[in-house]
Amino acid sequence: MNLAGLSAQFTELVLAILLAPLLTGWVNQCRAWLQNRSAPSLFLPYRTLAKLFEKDVVLAHNASPLFRFAPYLIFGCLALAAAIVPTLGTDLPLNAAADAIALVGLLALARLFIALAGMDVGTAFGTLGARREMLVGFLAEPALLMVLFTASLISHSTSLATIVETLAHREFVIYPSMAFAGVAFTMVSLAENARIPIDNPSTHLELTMIHEAMVLEYSGRHLAMLEWAASLKLFVYSCMGLALFLPFGVASGGDWLGLVLALPALLVKLALGGAALALIETVSAKMRIFRAPEFLGTAFVFAVLAMLVHALLEG
Amino acid sequence: MNVAPLDAALLAAATWVAIGLGGMLAPRHLGLSTRVLYPAGALVGLALAAIALEALFAAPAARILPLGLPDLPFHARLDALSAFFLLILGAVSAGVSVFASGYLRAGEATPPGLQCLCYHLFLASMAFVLLADDAYFFMVAWETMALSSFFLVTTEHRDAVIRRAGYLYLLIAHLGAISILLCFGALQGGSGDYTFETMRTIEQPAAWASAAFLLALIGFGAKAGIVPLHVWLPEAHPAAPSPVSALMSAVMLKTAVYGLLRVTLDLIGFPLWWWGVVVLAVGLVSALFGIVFAAVQTDMKRLLAYSSIENIGFIMAGFGLTLLFRGFGMGALAALALTATLYHCLNHAFYKSLLFLATGSVLHATSERSLGRLGGLIHRMPWVAWCALIGTIAIAGLPPLNGFVSEWLLLQAFLFTPGLPQAYLNMLVPVAAAVVALAAALSGYVMVKFFGVVFLGQPREAKLANAHDADRWQRTGLAWLAAGCIALGLVPATVIGMLDPITRGFTGYGMASLARGWLYLAPIEPQRASYSPLLFFAVATLLILIAWLSVRFFYHGRARRSRAWDCGFPYLDSRMQDTAEGFGQPVRQVFQPAFRVSTQAPSPLDRRPRYGETVEDRLWYWLYLPVARAVEKVTALVTVLQRGRISVYLTYSFATLLVLLFFIR
Amino acid sequence: MLQHYGPQLVNLCAAVLLLLGFAMLTQRRILSLINLFATQGLVLCISTALVAMLTGQAHLYGSALLTLALKVFALPWILHRLIRRLNVKWDVETLLNIPTTMLIGIVLVILAFNLAAPISRLAGTVTSATLGIALASVLLSFLMMITRSKAVPQVIGFLAMENGLFFAATGAVYGMPMVVELGIALDVLVAALILGIFIFEIRERFDTLDTRHLEKLKEH
Repeated sequence: MNLAGLSAQFTELVLAILLAPLLTGWVNQCRAWLQNRSAPSLFLPYRTLAKLFEKDVVLAHNASPLFRFAPYLIFGCLALAAAIVPTLGTDLPLNAAADAIALVGLLALARLFIALAGMDVGTAFGTLGARREMLVGFLAEPALLMVLFTASLISHSTSLATIVETLAHREFVIYPSMAFAGVAFTMVSLAENARIPIDNPSTHLELTMIHEAMVLEYSGRHLAMLEWAASLKLFVYSCMGLALFLPFGVASGGDWLGLVLALPALLVKLALGGAALALIETVSAKMRIFRAPEFLGTAFVFAVLAMLVHALLEG
Repeated sequence: MNVAPLDAALLAAATWVAIGLGGMLAPRHLGLSTRVLYPAGALVGLALAAIALEALFAAPAARILPLGLPDLPFHARLDALSAFFLLILGAVSAGVSVFASGYLRAGEATPPGLQCLCYHLFLASMAFVLLADDAYFFMVAWETMALSSFFLVTTEHRDAVIRRAGYLYLLIAHLGAISILLCFGALQGGSGDYTFETMRTIEQPAAWASAAFLLALIGFGAKAGIVPLHVWLPEAHPAAPSPVSALMSAVMLKTAVYGLLRVTLDLIGFPLWWWGVVVLAVGLVSALFGIVFAAVQTDMKRLLAYSSIENIGFIMAGFGLTLLFRGFGMGALAALALTATLYHCLNHAFYKSLLFLATGSVLHATSERSLGRLGGLIHRMPWVAWCALIGTIAIAGLPPLNGFVSEWLLLQAFLFTPGLPQAYLNMLVPVAAAVVALAAALSGYVMVKFFGVVFLGQPREAKLANAHDADRWQRTGLAWLAAGCIALGLVPATVIGMLDPITRGFTGYGMASLARGWLYLAPIEPQRASYSPLLFFAVATLLILIAWLSVRFFYHGRARRSRAWDCGFPYLDSRMQDTAEGFGQPVRQVFQPAFRVSTQAPSPLDRRPRYGETVEDRLWYWLYLPVARAVEKVTALVTVLQRGRISVYLTYSFATLLVLLFFIR
Repeated sequence: MLQHYGPQLVNLCAAVLLLLGFAMLTQRRILSLINLFATQGLVLCISTALVAMLTGQAHLYGSALLTLALKVFALPWILHRLIRRLNVKWDVETLLNIPTTMLIGIVLVILAFNLAAPISRLAGTVTSATLGIALASVLLSFLMMITRSKAVPQVIGFLAMENGLFFAATGAVYGMPMVVELGIALDVLVAALILGIFIFEIRERFDTLDTRHLEKLKEH
């Protein structure tokens, strides 16, 4: 653990927290362009957050302490997740504390709390959202784990830093298994970030919504924290995808110059990733909720196949 | 005074027997049991845990007890494996006994003194099972354990459902016991000597060893509740009083795991790799089966019982990997898998007993066990709710609590399987990791259902408004177990240090030297993987605190209470929340082929429609009922002998006597 | 450069072929099924061209071109025309549910690899590792034919099966002699045409494309 590592870690964390709403804004903007609408401002998510922070919190009569505490916990979990994923450099002190499995566990912890918070007030929508969220979760989580395992089997490590180091800085090798993993990961991240075809982030229609149904009872600063956390989640998934499938440009070790150069590389990659996400969302249609298990089951099987293909072709 | 740990452990178990007998002094006096005897039992449990902790690092000790039949004395032995399971028994039973002091009430069918006797006899017999060093002592203790727990399960024996549950439990326990007895018969290898010492030294031919292993798997598997021998678990756990369910699930199932480990790794000593495949397959099936069924339960104790099947499945999967690695001579990896197995035993003991006790408190406060009639208890029972939340996070396998550590170790062990020297295994075992991951993720689903439906939302019945929080005894018990879950989660490196003597003994490798200090957990090598729950927890807490403080610092803290928003719908009531059935519906849909579902849908003209759906276990219809019918048919043949006249029966006896006399002439 | 990355690229193509095989297994829509089939043909063409470059076997370029013409353009065009004429663009339910089908698919992949392992060792070509995937693709296409009840997906499954066989030939022995290849190509084309006529006949007789109705032809 050295100064460079600590500062890289800190920069990465702060950057993630600050940039996350920007990514959401960018995706919304791209989506609007693709759908021939006039796009909202890139900074709209920040304004929304500021507005929500100013507003009063209105709590239901029977909201428990868990309900009030959950937004901060979820935000904290996702901020930590953002700190674990290597975005700028691979010499991160926190990487020794939490590996890929712990990252999946962390995301699951955040999910558990948001589902519990959804059930807390006891409305029809809250429990519906919680149930659907857990439905998506129990299929998406193992699929994500298998995607990460494929990368772990390639790099003989579950430490994310080592994985990125192997994929980015050793001799360039084409891994066919990563093709499968990539498809599975795309499907999982669409589902996990409440995107079309599983969920629609821009409606409040009870037939379709998942994430919005859970946070329906939240208002004011609590809602702001949750919205910010949702942006962070998208950011974490995007960075995870970039780290696994496009790890180029990430600085090796505590190389100062590399760190400085890594930032523009990251921004370009995120912009491309966000545009790709908007494109996928535009060309696909929302599924019935009972098609969701099939969609995610397919993702799970692809992730398992990725491990198999690794054993077969690269073993 | 310097007493050997073995003697101290035996003494502790004997004290439990004495405490139990103390209850018989005044069988109907409740205060004696709850205020004196159960707390004393808890102290003995703590003492036993301390003794076991010391014995973990001591050399194995053995002695012959002045008990048993002439020329067939009881042998006792305390080594690291026994000590580890004694530690589980002592530590968990301490919490459960304290809880029981506040939990047990008058008015149950069995008088409190008798219940106290059975309870402590149950504890003592489990200790004796772990200490036994010959088949004879082992079987005596094993049967005592089965019988005392049977009487505890049927505490409310006036209820026919409970009697039926107890009968099923006893039946399967005895089928298992027969299998274990046969296993010991195979192990003694014709020497006629049933001490474990002899069994260790005998070199078995592979076929005999395999037969013994399979018999042990069936026998101990019946006790542990592996599929398809699991049917008694979801019946017996809800029937028993909560502290007893907690002990049975947390400790008794582990004695079965102990038995399997003892026979396979110690008495047989040279596992073949295909045993590992069998155990792994059984474990994975149990894990997935258990958790899928847990998701559709509506009774909170049945839900936990099915979740026990899942956890036993994980333990078996870990053990299967151990055997697989060991069979191929990969000692270090076998040590990793064995560590994961044992760690999961410890974790499951803590969180499952915590959750069973929490359901006990809920049951007492509301006299409801059905999830569909609970809700909103976090307001009425905050202590129980927050302790249950810790158990929930732990059992869902989420960091930074203990459930995650053993899952992490297990998954790490799976990631090493591509090194196996067998083409099919090489490919199949990573796929098996996917099943583990799926079951682990499903357990998150199940636990959200459990906690959310019981403790969150609006109360589904009016009487829940009168629910009271647990009393001081119960709180102490819950807090002790919750603290255990947290401690086991935060300092895994220390715990793994404790497991070191066991893994070293059976695989030749230890994990302790490979963990990086007390802070980091790093199996094999830190480059491969490392995890530090303490650091993880500290940073997460820090981030949450910073988030909270900065929101408070930069903005206002205004909050007001109002009616729930619910998209502006004004007529919200508690029946609009998801029921337990509703919450389990997606899982029922996804895993439909696993269930036998019967739906009761009323006609549209029905004035008082009642919708119902029951979900049953297909195995019951495919396996148990056909077997039962076959047995019935065979017994029908025997009834030919039944004549109803005493002189005929006397003739049978007379003929038997003559035949026997003729044979032993 | 090419000698280094070439085999890796062939492996990548193999993985993509398998991926497309699974995608076809899960696809309900006939239109997407045809597009996936065309993509599979394209990947096949690329991999054949790659093998040709790697090994310098000139006749493989010919097969690549043949693949391109037949499987990327001709057959998809015929199929597109067919479904337009039949007006069957709707979703087709599978006989088995899709996750179960995929699980069977995984088992098939493992089987295929272990069965192909001895042959790949004998083959000794640079692409021998892909033999397992080729066999797996054949089995997956077969599975797809089994799990569909409508005629058009079954025909596509049959054609995809031929793709797998072709890939196996490239992987194991650097392709078949040109005469054989031309013959097979002609066979496939003719088969597609005959099956097309066959499908029309089925619809004439039963007013549906569900091949389950063929059960009625059974003598009692």
